[in-house]
Amino acid sequence: MRLKRVFIPIVATLLFLIFWELVVWLNDWPNYKMASPSDLGPAFLKYWELFFIMGWQTLWRTVIGLLISILFGVLIGMVMGMSKTMREALYPLLVGFNAIPKATVVPIVALMFVGAHDFNTILIAFMISFFPIAVSISIGLSTLEAEYRDILRSLGASDMTIFWKIALPKTLPEFFGALKVSVSLAFIGTNLMEIVSPHGRGLGALFDSGKTNSDYPLMFAVLITLAVLGIVLYYIVVLLEQTFAGWAEKETY
Amino acid sequence: MSLIKIRNVSHAFESDDGPIKVLKNLDLSVERDSLTAVVGPSGCGKSTLTRLISGLLKPDRGEIFLEGEKVVSPRSNVGMAFQNPVLLEWRTILDNIMLPLEIVAPKMPKKEKVGRAERLLSLVGLADFAGRRPSELSGGMRQRASLCRAIVHKPKVLIMDEPFGALDAFTREDLWQVLLDVKAEEPFTGLLITHDLRESIFLADQVAVLSGRPAMTQYLMDVEFSEKRNIELLFTAKSTAMLKELRKQIRIAQAS
Ligand SMILES: Nc1ncnc2c1ncn2[C@@H]1O[C@H](COP(=O)(O)OP(=O)(O)O)[C@@H](O)[C@H]1O
Ligand SMILES: [Mg+2]
Repeated sequence: MRLKRVFIPIVATLLFLIFWELVVWLNDWPNYKMASPSDLGPAFLKYWELFFIMGWQTLWRTVIGLLISILFGVLIGMVMGMSKTMREALYPLLVGFNAIPKATVVPIVALMFVGAHDFNTILIAFMISFFPIAVSISIGLSTLEAEYRDILRSLGASDMTIFWKIALPKTLPEFFGALKVSVSLAFIGTNLMEIVSPHGRGLGALFDSGKTNSDYPLMFAVLITLAVLGIVLYYIVVLLEQTFAGWAEKETY
Repeated sequence: MSLIKIRNVSHAFESDDGPIKVLKNLDLSVERDSLTAVVGPSGCGKSTLTRLISGLLKPDRGEIFLEGEKVVSPRSNVGMAFQNPVLLEWRTILDNIMLPLEIVAPKMPKKEKVGRAERLLSLVGLADFAGRRPSELSGGMRQRASLCRAIVHKPKVLIMDEPFGALDAFTREDLWQVLLDVKAEEPFTGLLITHDLRESIFLADQVAVLSGRPAMTQYLMDVEFSEKRNIELLFTAKSTAMLKELRKQIRIAQAS
């Protein structure tokens, strides 16, 4: 069974690569239209050092942005989940903020804090990814049935005890569901900023330099690297989920 | 002296169309180690009454005493069980049952907590399920576990709000017996909300019928059987007469 779980995704990926190669080959597309998997190897070989440096840049900024998202999202979710007044006050603000396409915010932030690449990038990664977390925590807390509170409250337990012993664990499955979405969003945020920001670093900047030099295989190689990083982060979240909320397992991923 | 004494309690909830008067001048007393069943039209304020007794709510007027002490806030001498067994899915059954001890007796050695929980589990016939998750248990078994959790900290008072309401008739009768067995081993003063009249006379020493909203105690019936309680007793002429009277009182309450 275990072997099968590793085997199937690998075969699927290989099939996908063969299909991609075949489509490019059959259509006789030139590199600038669509690079093929066989072009990627040389691109990786040629720039492998850059891939490591830039990949690391993108990765740590995304992770830091995500961590801030979790802190802020959980906090604001708690505030909204525990107080109806705060929920009614903050919800429209949050929804409105979330509705602004972040692509429009990126150049503004880039100008506001010009040169502060790390700060800019983390800020956007955070701004784009905290919303699902805040919503999941607030919904999880506000829909907690009264009886769950009452079994502890009737013993004289404090609100904090109820939060730690019942409300938080009960919300964890929804939290991890939201975190999976937030991981992808944070990646998008990081890359948006890295691409837009002049003289930036990270995979986004590498992508941009590929564009400037019409190095199409490089651009595709960056996309693949981003996908791989995304998969790695996603499965780290899945692993955390299984550790901390495995009791709610429903085979969702 | 009654262990639970409810004196002249009135309570109302605020709503958009003005206050909803739920309880009005309600009086009720429950003797030590006895069980009182409370029946009444749905929505009349039975659950509100349980929340007032446990101190989760403060009455607008009137007083509630447990062992002569006025209830002003939740205290650990109360245990509660609901129709929903509210077991925590991330804990094993054993850990669920120990939950109240973590609040009430945080310093109790772990071994003692486990011993206490295991004793109760075997009392309700769940000894082999200590390590299972709640979702692995049937509805009746979950309600047994919920009962164990409600009394694990040896509360003076056990408040049950329609604990068997969601169970099928046969499981329900099994659980009636379980409740009596548990009460014989671990005495408590009980208040049982139910809308099953047979359940009320089978389990209780006193049945209180509440009137429609705003509720007050409309009728009190003492239930005494000379024999040890068993299901057969429900089919005697005496029980039939009691049920008839209770049904009549419920009709009156519904009309009020
Ligand atoms: N927290 C609350 N806020 C407002 N109204 C409530 C609240 N709790 C109960 N009520 C109202 O009080 C009445 C009695 O409720 P409840 O005590 O749950 O009745 P019962 O348990 O007898 O069915 C109902 O009309 C219900 O809508
Ligand atoms: Mg009720």
